[in-house]
Amino acid sequence: MNRRTLLATAALGLGLGLGGAASAQGMDKVKACFVYVGPVGDGGWTYQHHQGLLAVEAEFGDRVETAYQESVPEGADAERVLTQMALSGCNIIFTTSFGYMDATNNVAAKFPDIKFEHATGYKREHPNVSIYNARFYEGRAVTGLIAGHMTKSNKIGYIGSFPIPEVVQGINATYLHAKKVNPDVSISVVWAYTWFDPAKEADAAKALIEQGVDVIVQHTDSTAPLAEAAKTPGVIGFGQASDMSEYKTNPDGTPGPRVSSIIDEWSPYYIKRVGALLDGTWESIDSWEGIAAGEVVIGEITEAVPAEVKAEAEALRDAIADGSYHPFTGPLNKQDGSAWLAEGETASDGDLLGMKFYVEGISGDIPN
Amino acid sequence: MDFGGINPAVLIASLMVASVPILLAALGELVVEKAGVLNLGVEGMMIMGAVCGFITAVTTGSPLLGFLGGALGAAVLSLIFALLTQVLLANQVATGLALTLFGLGLSSLLGQGYVGIKPPATGVVPLGPLADIPGLGRILFRHDWMVYASIAMVAAVWAVLRFTRMGLILRAVGESADAAHALGYKVTRIRIMAILFGGAMAGLGGAYVSLVRVPQWTDGITAGAGWIALAIVVFASWRPGRVLIGAYLFGGITVLQLNLQAAGARIPVEYLSMSPYLITILVLVIMSSGKGRASLNAPASLGRNFHASR
Repeated sequence: MNRRTLLATAALGLGLGLGGAASAQGMDKVKACFVYVGPVGDGGWTYQHHQGLLAVEAEFGDRVETAYQESVPEGADAERVLTQMALSGCNIIFTTSFGYMDATNNVAAKFPDIKFEHATGYKREHPNVSIYNARFYEGRAVTGLIAGHMTKSNKIGYIGSFPIPEVVQGINATYLHAKKVNPDVSISVVWAYTWFDPAKEADAAKALIEQGVDVIVQHTDSTAPLAEAAKTPGVIGFGQASDMSEYKTNPDGTPGPRVSSIIDEWSPYYIKRVGALLDGTWESIDSWEGIAAGEVVIGEITEAVPAEVKAEAEALRDAIADGSYHPFTGPLNKQDGSAWLAEGETASDGDLLGMKFYVEGISGDIPN
Repeated sequence: MDFGGINPAVLIASLMVASVPILLAALGELVVEKAGVLNLGVEGMMIMGAVCGFITAVTTGSPLLGFLGGALGAAVLSLIFALLTQVLLANQVATGLALTLFGLGLSSLLGQGYVGIKPPATGVVPLGPLADIPGLGRILFRHDWMVYASIAMVAAVWAVLRFTRMGLILRAVGESADAAHALGYKVTRIRIMAILFGGAMAGLGGAYVSLVRVPQWTDGITAGAGWIALAIVVFASWRPGRVLIGAYLFGGITVLQLNLQAAGARIPVEYLSMSPYLITILVLVIMSSGKGRASLNAPASLGRNFHASR
């Protein structure tokens, strides 16, 4: 061995040593765990989170181990499930529903070495908690525009889950953009008080249809409202959280109720966060991305929608994506007529995250 | 004709559909209780009917076979109850409650692979011109065949209990098992048959939820309908005609509260959501106030185990 190769070997060894030191701060293998509010087979919200889990597995292969639990009730049970996951060796735990907010923070306090990521909440009380959300209201603006064009009875029905800011944003965004293209439009809201209960969701959709609604917008997770809409010809709806493309056509081949959808695409975020933990760069963040980052995707707009409406919807989507348009742009008044946003002013994130009021023109009260 | 933005014809039509599951389950339970057996496992049998019906319909592609499968699945579950209470003489209340818990768990296990699947559609009975009669056509002649079957079952159960020898024997067993035994009737066998009938009816009701009303499978899909069915039997003071009224009343309020919400009634949502249960409690209180057990028409041997010791 001559001196040159010896030096080279030494340099290589040094490099490896340094590399080893860097990865010591990261991790060789991560166990990523997920808590779901519904079953993986809901075809909507939880299904999409599970797609994210599968994407993480595909991305990191042997370096990641995953575990999940389905249909975990929001509340005390969630804390028990989270504690169990923390004790079973999870390194990062994703809690994928608003109602896990307090449970996530409580358990995070007890396990400072484990990273917690809570979806759609606003509490980040410990350095090992991150929160992430998607700007669903951007998608609602696009589907609202389609709804405004498509309704013949000028009545849009909205199945709300819980009266929380995320849902109120959705109602307001839907109404504003439907109203913009159809001044006669009105919106009826039915609160289901559940994220996932197909029987209740179907009943709510049925009641709305009986009230003359011909466009159903849902903020609950199952496909039941679309199944109900399919029973009445002329009623349309949108896929929620997932594409729900199986409702594009009815079994007999006629066009189905689903004309478009808002797809939640969690995979990029999950890959980014698990990757960050692996290479040691994880830190507590507050992530709120929308159409631009690909977290909110508008599903295929079917041929039931006229071409010019489709083009208009896609233009709106692109304007939101490139930042030239914000779905909440003034002048806008609150329901009681008081001024909210001045001409040209856009809503701040703080305003949106605390949204507890309807915009002018929507009737009815938000339950407490 | 509208009341507060609600079209009564549409409301009645949809309350008939909404009531089918509880109506069927309550009718079955009525026959069981008439035979002197208190089976509190209705909820468990309904959900077994829902999952078995769903699996059968999805596998065979036939809604009719689905309903049969649902009835069969729930009847098999009720056979466990029959074995425990009629042969082994276990306490009926405890066994019934256990049956509900068991049914909920077992259905969840069986349904694992069936979440998010669409079942074959149960069609509307084509009644031609009848469906186009204004008002009445919408209310009466645009339903699927299970709606008509459920009403026919009310008439059938009423007629059998009132006019046939079989009904008389069944009632005798429920009023005084010892007397019926002394007359030479096989009390245990008759009660087991009644329990199986009750199970099959609850199963049909459950299958209606998962095949027509929702139509999907998910854990806990019956959402307490079985308990309502039990309350309706008491509400109806063990009369089939009144079971129909009770089921339609409950179904009607459930539908009405959603319609009121959709029509924008200014009543807090919480009150509307609890109203069907409040009214059920209220009616039960009124029914049982100030009158003896006899006027309530309860079978005299209800809930008492029978053992042929003499």
